[in-house]
Amino acid sequence: MICRETIISASPEDTFQAGKKFAEDLRRNSVTGFFGDLGTGKTQFIKGICDFFKVKEAVNSPTFIIVNEYSGISDSDNSAIKIFHFDFYRLKNMSDLYSIGFENYTDQNGICLIEWAELADEYLQGNLQKIYFEHGQKENERIIKFK
Amino acid sequence: MITLAIETSCDETSAAVLNKDKVLSNIILSQQDHSKFGGIVPELASRSHLESIVSVTRTALLNAGINLKDINLISATSEPGLIGALLVGLNFAKSLAASLNIPFIPVNHIRSHLYSNFLCNQKAIYPFIGLIVSGGHTMLVLVEDFNMHTVLGNTIDDAAGEAFDKAAKLLGLGYPGGAQIDNSAKSGNENFIRFPKAKIKNSKYDFSFSGIKTSLLYYLRDVSENEKSRADFVNDVCSSFQKTVTDDLFEKTVSACSEFNVKKISVSGGVSANSEMRKKFNQLKSRNFEVYFPEIQYATDNAAMIGLCGYLSYISADDKTFFKSASLLTPAKARLDYEKF
Repeated sequence: MICRETIISASPEDTFQAGKKFAEDLRRNSVTGFFGDLGTGKTQFIKGICDFFKVKEAVNSPTFIIVNEYSGISDSDNSAIKIFHFDFYRLKNMSDLYSIGFENYTDQNGICLIEWAELADEYLQGNLQKIYFEHGQKENERIIKFK
Repeated sequence: MITLAIETSCDETSAAVLNKDKVLSNIILSQQDHSKFGGIVPELASRSHLESIVSVTRTALLNAGINLKDINLISATSEPGLIGALLVGLNFAKSLAASLNIPFIPVNHIRSHLYSNFLCNQKAIYPFIGLIVSGGHTMLVLVEDFNMHTVLGNTIDDAAGEAFDKAAKLLGLGYPGGAQIDNSAKSGNENFIRFPKAKIKNSKYDFSFSGIKTSLLYYLRDVSENEKSRADFVNDVCSSFQKTVTDDLFEKTVSACSEFNVKKISVSGGVSANSEMRKKFNQLKSRNFEVYFPEIQYATDNAAMIGLCGYLSYISADDKTFFKSASLLTPAKARLDYEKF
């Protein structure tokens, strides 16, 4: 795997800040996939992205409900932006993707962030940004790779 | 006063018939049951709600011995939930109400959990503290009167039920994991592992269950194979995990009771079925608390609680004209609006 950038996060706060920084380059209608084991900081990174877009609502795990929708503000055009926070952990195959109406979310001028994005990768035939999360050597250390 | 109620906010397709606040039938089609109604249905129910809503509703009416023309009210969940899933039940219910020319009452799913204990011939008298714990929600709410709520706390990451599911997954116990952990924990040592308690800045009543998931992950990564193969290993881990999660839910609920000077607690949602939860909370009865748990069929997502909440909304409304026209314009909403809750 060729990575355009790799960062080492020393704490959840670092991961949050990395998400905030990453959000500066996010564009409307973009899809970002998050890959990695349980507890590697995917949700924490997404909290950072949402903070950048001034989301006021609680950003919590959508594992059960599959998708959370947040309302944010985009600084670049100073207008409202929808952030769709997905978790495909419970989805089994492409028909589940159809079942949740995934195609209705990707063209709403919002930003799609997808945890456990393997199925989305398949569905979008690789047309998404990918971020990989791994445990580091030390207890709170995480390795974040941008592909 | 006969109510037909529909719930399709997430995985379950459910329809119920009530006479006032008494349940006549409550049909819940969950993922596991789909095969009974024919056909292979995807693991996830959203669009499959569409395939089963009519047969589930028919079965509910049949079991209650009620004809369509006998129905006086129709309620359905309008928020929060998965939009595609919500729309199926909401539009079905609105259309049916419009065609029968009877009132339609949109219902907030989370609110209806708060009153689910009322379905069991027992009623918490206001004010009470409501703890909603499920796979998707973990909320602590002060309920001062019907539909007079203050949200005291919420999860900042994972829901409690989700933490159970993920722990079960890490232990190789399968999904859904709540019942399996509960079962294994019964023969385990709850003090075997001391998991750290989540500390949340500037908040007394919020919850966090992401940290304990990570602690468990580290623990299982580092523990020796020898230890892992010990007969009671999984039971001990389950018991310790369950203790930490339920202690946290219990302690925050009790401390909210003491701050607001309330001695009534209503626990609802799928995690309210957990035996350790029931044991802990029921012990409060010896301290003059009143503790309410719904029956299991009303603990997880179900239409009966939607019907009850709809009925209570209708009879408590001064102006009922809203339910004959404007209510039909109620949109489905994915997220809970905490300010209006």
